[in-house]
Amino acid sequence: MGTVTALLGGLVFGLGLIAGGMANPSKVKAFLDLAGAWDPSLALVMGGAIAVALPAFALARRRRVAWSGEPMDIPTATHIDARLVGGGILFGIGWGVGGFCPGPALVALATGWWPAAVFTVAMLAGMLVHDRFIAR
Amino acid sequence: MAVDGAAFTPWASLAGGLAIGLAAALYLLGNGRIAGIAGIVAAVLRALPSRERLVRQRTPLAFVAGLLLAPWVWRVFAPWPALSVDVGPGALVVAGLLVGIGVRMGNGCTSGHGVCGLSRLSRRSLVNVLAFMGAGFATVFVLRHLG
Repeated sequence: MGTVTALLGGLVFGLGLIAGGMANPSKVKAFLDLAGAWDPSLALVMGGAIAVALPAFALARRRRVAWSGEPMDIPTATHIDARLVGGGILFGIGWGVGGFCPGPALVALATGWWPAAVFTVAMLAGMLVHDRFIAR
Repeated sequence: MAVDGAAFTPWASLAGGLAIGLAAALYLLGNGRIAGIAGIVAAVLRALPSRERLVRQRTPLAFVAGLLLAPWVWRVFAPWPALSVDVGPGALVVAGLLVGIGVRMGNGCTSGHGVCGLSRLSRRSLVNVLAFMGAGFATVFVLRHLG
């Protein structure tokens, strides 16, 4: 059961990214280019996603366990620190340079598209570098 | 600010967003977890060297498998959209490193802090989203209009 909902979740998430235009780095950069020929599409991706997820989180708050029997594991952290802001800024710069964020990169990678492969290998390396050398 | 009417895809993007929200809801209610891709990938990456640990991480592993299947399922029903990048491999390496370090440091990305964090009205996530959106807008402005 848990594996089915997770697999289906990943699949529908990926289909949504493709349908919404997120898998195309040029479209992402056209959204980030406020001063150029601006393409506001991605604001609708975010808006649509939140419109569905917001009531789901309200429902989830009342549950102790998920349908799969796994415990509800919703973040409880509330602290706002330099790592939260600095991490966001580094991520945003990388997002602006390449037009890739993690989900769309994996989706595009699965088609064997080389820019997504180059980006993803570097991203995984970045994660390892952070966890080995920067964290703590 | 000039909207590029020819590139704007309101209905497709709204439909894509609704699907993403549905997927996040399914992973939340079905598995009790946040559909944050950075966290999911990191969990799989941490478990990777050991088969035993991978089996214990089968939930995030299944999510990643679904994500990787998506373009193949898409192609059964619709033509694959044209994708393009406007930078070379060197810049993509820099972008990947920054994204990898940034999402681990900030503990989330467009999905974890963006879609899920904003949906659960987390102030912490809102601060991260404002940081990466601001940095994204600023970076494209510098690269395209100040170069």
